[in-house]
Amino acid sequence: MRALVVDDSAVIRTVLTRILAGLGFEVVSAVNGKEALEKLEVCKRPDLTLVDWNMPEMNGYEFIRAVRADTRWRDMPIMMVTTETEMEQVVRALAAGANEYLMKPFTPEMVQEKLAILGIAQG
Amino acid sequence: MTVQASDFRFLADFMRDAAAIVLEPGKEYLVDSRLAPVASQAGFSGISALVQELRRSTHSPLAQKVIDAMTTNETSFFRDAAPYQHLRKAVLPALIEARRNERALSIWCAAASSGQEPYSMLMMMREEFPQLANWNVRFLATDISQEMLQRCRAGTYSQLEVNRGLPAPLLVKYFTKRGIDWQIDERLRSAIEWREFNLAGRAWLGLPSFDLIMLRNVMIYFDLQTKRSILANMRKVLRPDGYLFLGTAETTLNIDERFQSEQAQSSCYRVRAA
Repeated sequence: MRALVVDDSAVIRTVLTRILAGLGFEVVSAVNGKEALEKLEVCKRPDLTLVDWNMPEMNGYEFIRAVRADTRWRDMPIMMVTTETEMEQVVRALAAGANEYLMKPFTPEMVQEKLAILGIAQG
Repeated sequence: MTVQASDFRFLADFMRDAAAIVLEPGKEYLVDSRLAPVASQAGFSGISALVQELRRSTHSPLAQKVIDAMTTNETSFFRDAAPYQHLRKAVLPALIEARRNERALSIWCAAASSGQEPYSMLMMMREEFPQLANWNVRFLATDISQEMLQRCRAGTYSQLEVNRGLPAPLLVKYFTKRGIDWQIDERLRSAIEWREFNLAGRAWLGLPSFDLIMLRNVMIYFDLQTKRSILANMRKVLRPDGYLFLGTAETTLNIDERFQSEQAQSSCYRVRAA
């Protein structure tokens, strides 16, 4: 299983990478949406993408819209992992094509439970 | 803060008598973590002072607070995938077929805790079995803790709680943001009858019969004799073709042989035909 982690915070990238690696994922990371799109072009298709909302150059919302507009990535599971905690943002992310939404702060159990919802791992 | 041996023995006896809950030696850490906040909130200098007050009266509001604190469990929405999958794929379709003439279903969540289980079931039923909207569905949820029942009725959950196991589309559909918390819709809150009930007590005669009983992650706290008594009572209130779910780490094996496993992975049981 492969995962793409997109976050401008090195700490969050490290934490998510550790959690996912512990669940058996091979993890590739990117610091913003633009770099994530470049990684998608050159790396093997991920089974899961976790993306932050607020990032420089291209934010997570714009990234999800770009990914969903491309038929190659239309079905790829994407979870927004963000400090945005208002209902309006959850609605926007889902409407843009996010499959799940996890609010920061999170625990490893929460990540695992969300993956179970996505049918990717047992919670 | 550490619990003195004599205080622990008193609390173990108190919890056994008040709620049939077993506190074995080695669980001092649990007493410490659960009761330190209660002691502090009630203005005691520590757990010892709280126990001293509890020794004076075991039927006080403080005693209820201690029971509440010791019986409150960490949980999540849609906790464990297996039982929900079995409910969705097998149990609810079978019950809906079996009750198609009477168009009535009765469900009991017997250890509602902070409400995530009954609300998860209700959301699943609304999403996947919309035909039940025209049925007479009686949904009872009980807990021994009054504080938990108040939380259940309010249906308000923190961000950390809605982060746990709740699919985002259901958050959007059934919850409203209230300040920093999230509250589940009034339609769902009022669809459940919330009632205080001690599984180890004697109030079973007042219960109706049920098609489906959720008794998950609570039996682990009881001694063998209490488990036997609870399961025997469950058989009396479970309709002959009904279903009982235990926690995924719990079993009726060597406790009540009248139950047989219906599906092991989800800890689903039915009563053997006589």
